[in-house]
Amino acid sequence: MTFDYAPALESRSIVDIKASYGLFVDGEFVDGSGTSFKTINPATEEVLAEVAEATEADVDAAVRAARRAHTRVWSRMPGKERAKYLYRIARIIQERSRELAVLETIDNGKPIKESRDVDIPVVAAHFFYYAGWADKLEYALPGNGHSGTRSLGVAAQVIPWNFPLLMLAWKIAPALACGNTVVLKPAETTPLTALLFAEICQQADLPPGVVNIVTGAGATGQALVGHPDVDKVAFTGSTEVGKAIARAVAGTDKRVTLELGGKAANIVFDDAPLDQAVEGIVDGIFFNQGHVCCAGSRLLVQESIADELLTKLKRRMSTLRVGDPLDKNTDVGAINSAEQLARIRELSDIGEAEGAGRWSPECELPTTGFWFPPTLFTGVTQAHRIARDEVFGPVLSVLTFRTPSEAIEKANNTPYGLSAGVWTDKGSRILHMAGALRAGVVWANTFNKFDPTSPFGGFKESGYGREGGRHGLEAYLKGGE
Amino acid sequence: MSTSPSAAPAQGQAWDFSDVTRSNDSLRRFLHGLPGVDQVGADSRAASLGTRSIKTTAKAYALDLAIRMVDLTTLEGQDTHGKVRALAAKAMRPDPADPTCPAAAAVCVYPDMVGVAKEVLGDSGVHVAAVATAFPSGRAALDIKLADTRDAVEAGADEIDMVIDRGAFLSGHYLQVFEEIVAVKEACVRPDGHSAHLKVIFETGELQTYDNVRRVSWLAMMAGGHFIKTSTGKVQPAATLPVTMIMLEAVRDFREATGQMVGVKPAGGIRTAKDAIKYLVVVNEVAGPDWLDPDWFRFGASTLLNELLMQRTKMTTGRYSGPDYFTVD
Amino acid sequence: MSRIDVRKTYKLFIGGAFPRSESGYSYQVHDTKGAFVANAALASRKDARDAVVAARKAFGGWSGKTAYNRAQILYRIAELMEDRRPQLVQALRQSEGLTAARAERALDDAIDRLVWYAGWADKLTQVIGNANPVAGPYFNLSTPEPTGVVAVLAPQESSLLGLVSAIAPVIVTGNTVVVISSFERPLPAVTFAEILATSDVPGGVVNILTGSAATIAPWLASHMDVNAIDLVGIAGDTELATSLEVAAADNLKRVRRAPAAEPDWSADPGLDAMTAFVETKTVWHPMGV
Repeated sequence: MTFDYAPALESRSIVDIKASYGLFVDGEFVDGSGTSFKTINPATEEVLAEVAEATEADVDAAVRAARRAHTRVWSRMPGKERAKYLYRIARIIQERSRELAVLETIDNGKPIKESRDVDIPVVAAHFFYYAGWADKLEYALPGNGHSGTRSLGVAAQVIPWNFPLLMLAWKIAPALACGNTVVLKPAETTPLTALLFAEICQQADLPPGVVNIVTGAGATGQALVGHPDVDKVAFTGSTEVGKAIARAVAGTDKRVTLELGGKAANIVFDDAPLDQAVEGIVDGIFFNQGHVCCAGSRLLVQESIADELLTKLKRRMSTLRVGDPLDKNTDVGAINSAEQLARIRELSDIGEAEGAGRWSPECELPTTGFWFPPTLFTGVTQAHRIARDEVFGPVLSVLTFRTPSEAIEKANNTPYGLSAGVWTDKGSRILHMAGALRAGVVWANTFNKFDPTSPFGGFKESGYGREGGRHGLEAYLKGGE
Repeated sequence: MSTSPSAAPAQGQAWDFSDVTRSNDSLRRFLHGLPGVDQVGADSRAASLGTRSIKTTAKAYALDLAIRMVDLTTLEGQDTHGKVRALAAKAMRPDPADPTCPAAAAVCVYPDMVGVAKEVLGDSGVHVAAVATAFPSGRAALDIKLADTRDAVEAGADEIDMVIDRGAFLSGHYLQVFEEIVAVKEACVRPDGHSAHLKVIFETGELQTYDNVRRVSWLAMMAGGHFIKTSTGKVQPAATLPVTMIMLEAVRDFREATGQMVGVKPAGGIRTAKDAIKYLVVVNEVAGPDWLDPDWFRFGASTLLNELLMQRTKMTTGRYSGPDYFTVD
Repeated sequence: MSRIDVRKTYKLFIGGAFPRSESGYSYQVHDTKGAFVANAALASRKDARDAVVAARKAFGGWSGKTAYNRAQILYRIAELMEDRRPQLVQALRQSEGLTAARAERALDDAIDRLVWYAGWADKLTQVIGNANPVAGPYFNLSTPEPTGVVAVLAPQESSLLGLVSAIAPVIVTGNTVVVISSFERPLPAVTFAEILATSDVPGGVVNILTGSAATIAPWLASHMDVNAIDLVGIAGDTELATSLEVAAADNLKRVRRAPAAEPDWSADPGLDAMTAFVETKTVWHPMGV
């Protein structure tokens, strides 16, 4: 007899999904003036709800509500009072954490283990952290003194589907702490937790118009970013869209922060703590199905230990449990959409066609929904497309190197620069590598760690600006450039 | 010198460690050449395995397996024949009310109690384990430790739980620790040629670092220990999930290098059924299902057994039980 | 017969050398009264390309120097400017039409500005870096790092103080620069380049092109190996600034936008010119035994 873990399903009775959702404008849920779209559970393809697709007019109404709220209420409110609203929101998120986690998992496909233990706790922590800044802004930006405590105005925020509520928190918490009001557009495949967040704003008695949520796809996002009365654009998503936004705001006074794609190198030296390195590699690429902009998608392993490390890695990958995201023992959930699945398949097929060795552990995938097994490619070189293009899925490219300088050269040989990992037991080498890697976040002997106090953001084509920490305030204050 | 297991002969072939154990220097180079253990990463991996949710059929399986893995232990100055007899009876029939309840793996006692335990257990299949070698401190001359071991073996002990000389280990006298294990293993041989199984206790709470745990695990395995065991139960912290995980990684890597399986025994501090199940999850996912067997994994515990029984009863009756319904021996 | 003086040829400054424009073109530079002063090299797109290559090549060495070392090198530039006061004053009077006293004051400001920025080399990290108290057993540190190769469009009016105020904050943090000088007032920039050449600034750290921003800047703005662009120097030219910002999006250059009018360069510059061209890098490491 073997130790087969019986299904351990998180109950979904805690969430109450409505048949249809409107937009959240000026403190109220309102019908959109346009059509609607369906959001589905990617693990089952079940339709969860109809969601309004905000038109240009809807976006305009939301921006006007945000402007009014900024002028009349929020920018005038003392920081210590704004702080208390944010603390309230943080507390309500903690109180309703399981409900949020289950909803996130149903709408996104990520394992309940992750939404429960990572996403939602970090969301609450983010609001709690920035709440405390609201009445301390005069200490935040050196050289700006009291003039640096002034808000920008209305922030247009567009977020992706990989960490729906967490990205919302990264955007809304610092914006509100600094006295801005926001219009936020969640991703079209994952709008539900943002709409539940709107309800939380109501529970917190947040003044109407301070937070507005407009749902929709690319056109809604364009209308929001392009609206003449927004003062600030914050975007997390693909580098391609990021560039389009940078062009769209050219010549305006809109301030911009962009948090875009990545192709991070995770570098393992021969003196690394190998078992922890294996965990870091697995966390780095299979966390959240690899739908992570800072994913460690390129494993650079020193040739002298490549075989040993790969043996360990494959053995570890064989213990990954792929399946029902609501099962508490699931490690790898569903791919977020059919479209994303098609992209992962396409790039993986190209990897195979280009001669890289493809390997996945044996695992039975569900028959409905969108699934892709944890996959690694060996024999990859910098010339392979799977080593250059962001796959945004559970696909690891394995490359080798011989010397530290070769590792640095290969790691930096990408237009991206979001994150990097280094594994070695030698302290001075860690510091040398950390200095030489052109990336905004360097995880040494760890990977994919996030914290509200820790700035996050990229070099080069991974975007500009930082989210998190004291640095995250710069994007939402005058003189904070 | 390469120290990585990949440099070892193919699986199944015996690894000749004579080069490694030729001198204290060569042994030290080998042990210090093992990959390091990052404490934070190891703790977080163990904690994450601890969040596995084991329900229904999996839980029933795990509870019975855990009961079968218990080395029911009494190691007190106040131990008496009566106490040991009661414990032995409990090990054979942990839940007298339920004949389907499996027996424990062994009782674990001081050497002078081996005969008493053996008398009760007979050929029930429940083993007698004896702590030897000047347990728990190990601070005695080698000949006394060996005599202690022989006494226990002669009295009928199936298993010997020895302690290593932590002072020697911490001062870098690895070869001394190695040779002592080898000598104790020789003392485990009975006149009929059969040998008591040797468990090597590290007292990881005194060794402190995970690097030391990995090194001492390899040292003990190379010296021929059948089991590696975390603790005496007399020092805090005793067994922890991450320390046990690192030892399970070591036995896994040792088998990959040599083809030989070594057992693991966390002892002390495992008190709840939930904790025991977490250990089994770690065994399953780190070392692999081959170790999910009382021959290869044990719990050194006393109060744990009743906790397992209460959970077992809850599974069958559907209601929570209370301590009055289980024997207190 | 009186002696015929020897006139200077004004050249570009690329990779520590003084080439003529690759194109062979030059243009006439006049003083503020319209009198001919000299011919300046008219930089072409290929000169811009060469300058970017030189700047990239210099980046590793320059960004890798200790902050103390960079501070001393910037301070050394100020020393050499002091040494060449008469020449710089003359250049300022010619190009900006200043009185002797005003030219002296502009030069004072430029030298003092360099000294001010030199001191920031080993302090900015302390002011804008952070240790971050994350909720876990990790050491976590955020520090500013240079963005890389920065294209700087120098101010059109303030030919020396403005130039120094644009270049110093970019290089003090470890970036290397390709500068397009003021079009009508390029000669102080060339003299400044000659000072750089005799200072301790490694070749390629500062590259100065004389010529037209409207012609050359688009090539820099769209260049995929340029990491950032400072448009402050084309203050007021909204159309050019917008088109350069659009081009800069091709590789997501950091853009410091052009204001409506040229700033008062004598005012306290604050940190903005430095912080616009640094990247915050955050390093995590576990803390265990």
